Amino acid sequence: MHAPDGFLNAGAAVATGALSAGAVGASLRYARRRLGDRHLPLAGITAAFIFAAQMVNFPVAAGTSGHLLGGTLAAILLGPPLAAVAMTVVVAVQALVFADGGLTALGYNILNLAIVPVFGGYAAFRLFRRMLPSGRSGAAAAAGLAGLASVLLSAMAFSLEWLFGASAPVPFDRVFGAVVGVHVFIGAGEAVITGLAAGAVLAARPDLAYGVRDLDLGPLEASGSRRPVRGRTAVIAGMLIALVTAGAVSQLASDAPDGLERAAAELGVSGREAPGWLPAADYAVRGINNPALSLAAAGAAGVLIVSAVTAGAVMAARAGPGGPPGAVSGSVPSDGGDGS
Amino acid sequence: MHGHSPLHRLAPECKTAAVFGFVVAAAVTPGEAAWAFGVYALAVAGAARLGRIRLRFILARLAAAAPFILFAFLIPFVAAGERVEIWGVGVSRPGLWATWAIIAKAVIGASAGILLAAVTEVPEIIRGLRRLRVPAMLVSIAGFMVRYLELIAEELGRMRIAMLSRGWRGRGARSVRPLAGATGAMFVRSYERGERVYAAMLSRGYTGEMPDVFNKPAPRSHWLACLSVPLAAAAVAVLARVTL
Repeated sequence: MHAPDGFLNAGAAVATGALSAGAVGASLRYARRRLGDRHLPLAGITAAFIFAAQMVNFPVAAGTSGHLLGGTLAAILLGPPLAAVAMTVVVAVQALVFADGGLTALGYNILNLAIVPVFGGYAAFRLFRRMLPSGRSGAAAAAGLAGLASVLLSAMAFSLEWLFGASAPVPFDRVFGAVVGVHVFIGAGEAVITGLAAGAVLAARPDLAYGVRDLDLGPLEASGSRRPVRGRTAVIAGMLIALVTAGAVSQLASDAPDGLERAAAELGVSGREAPGWLPAADYAVRGINNPALSLAAAGAAGVLIVSAVTAGAVMAARAGPGGPPGAVSGSVPSDGGDGS
Repeated sequence: MHGHSPLHRLAPECKTAAVFGFVVAAAVTPGEAAWAFGVYALAVAGAARLGRIRLRFILARLAAAAPFILFAFLIPFVAAGERVEIWGVGVSRPGLWATWAIIAKAVIGASAGILLAAVTEVPEIIRGLRRLRVPAMLVSIAGFMVRYLELIAEELGRMRIAMLSRGWRGRGARSVRPLAGATGAMFVRSYERGERVYAAMLSRGYTGEMPDVFNKPAPRSHWLACLSVPLAAAAVAVLARVTL
């Protein structure tokens, strides 16, 4: 979901650009301090990995397909600072080389696709890890749930930016309901792929995954966990979160008449405003223009995003400039073939 | 492979700066001034002709903006404001204008970007960024990314073939788990490759700075030729704002 040029107004573009630049600058400084010179090739090649992973399509439902966004997976595997840098480069190269997303939209695209999913998703991952068994399967399940949470946080961030920089007179509650509602489904796919991919890395090279440095890496599985989390448990938990979110969002779409319907009635247009085949038709009819509810939704979303992103950043900063995950700088096998 | 035209030969930093300025001008132009977008479209078409890029090539790549254009088409139905009736359906007049503005700006911006990428090789774009004073670390990382992108994408293709030859079908819910496993394996391979690349760089005397061996400042004529485009676009944007 790379927004094109002019999707939000100039003020929003400049403000989000400044926010993104600050976050990326801090991440760059931090990644360099933690990883030394190694961070350049690592960030570049893992950025290429994210780019390639985003090209993998997986079936969602009824013939549609989705693809991985990857911010949370990158944060769990690489650590938030390096992941934020890699995701930023992915978004910037997509805009510059592939015209995917506008050049003047880079500020909000980087914020929504790199900064919020990386830091917010990482904070969600740490939260879910506390709630789930501490073994590898628990960590994988937490990764999946964090993937879902990160997509929802991104959608909320986009709605908030719309609140400040809308390029069309669409009320906030409608945009919020539609965007977050659609992203519940996108997030479900993200959750499955993030959880399974993180599980695969934990099975093969758990020492590489930044987010599970505390894991006991004994040769036997489940040495630190009482019981493994089954795939089914994770799916059920994810569906519960999706349901709760969808329920909260649908509160915005109550039956109260709104300005649009009143206007339509005055103009003598009755019945449904939008044809039924439009996905947002329901919001057009039942979506309300309720200032109090909009304020509550915007406030809650804002608090959620800011606290999640801040928590992720603090967690990353508190980790200290220790060694990188799996860093064995002295015994790195030299391979001339890759250097050229 | 790569064509040769006056546009291809211009210095990459000049072209990138010109496209960025042009897109900013288009993005701040009010949608009600439809004529301005006609001027921008003519400018892109003229530049495409100069660069011997077929319009069909640009149109084919505009598909990337499709999801947001779809969203733009929904706006008239959900937007507030004065209602007008089209084909028996009441829609919002400001919403219609917003749809037009979003689509026009998206198409102009994306076409300019597609044109830039079509007349400039990717490593040249990255090198141009460095001379535009983009932080050197970001430029280096972007350079590594585009250099290894093809390699990693090919690796993914090989994994896919291996999975297919083991009976994996690319459809249905059951195909997701192996796909995610392959994604995880791809991460491990990429990370290990990153460490090997670093070791190889160290052994060749890497000190933390990439040498800029192509550092030749762009001739002034290139800057003049390129910056005339965003300047003209800025004039059009100002005119569009004033005459509104």
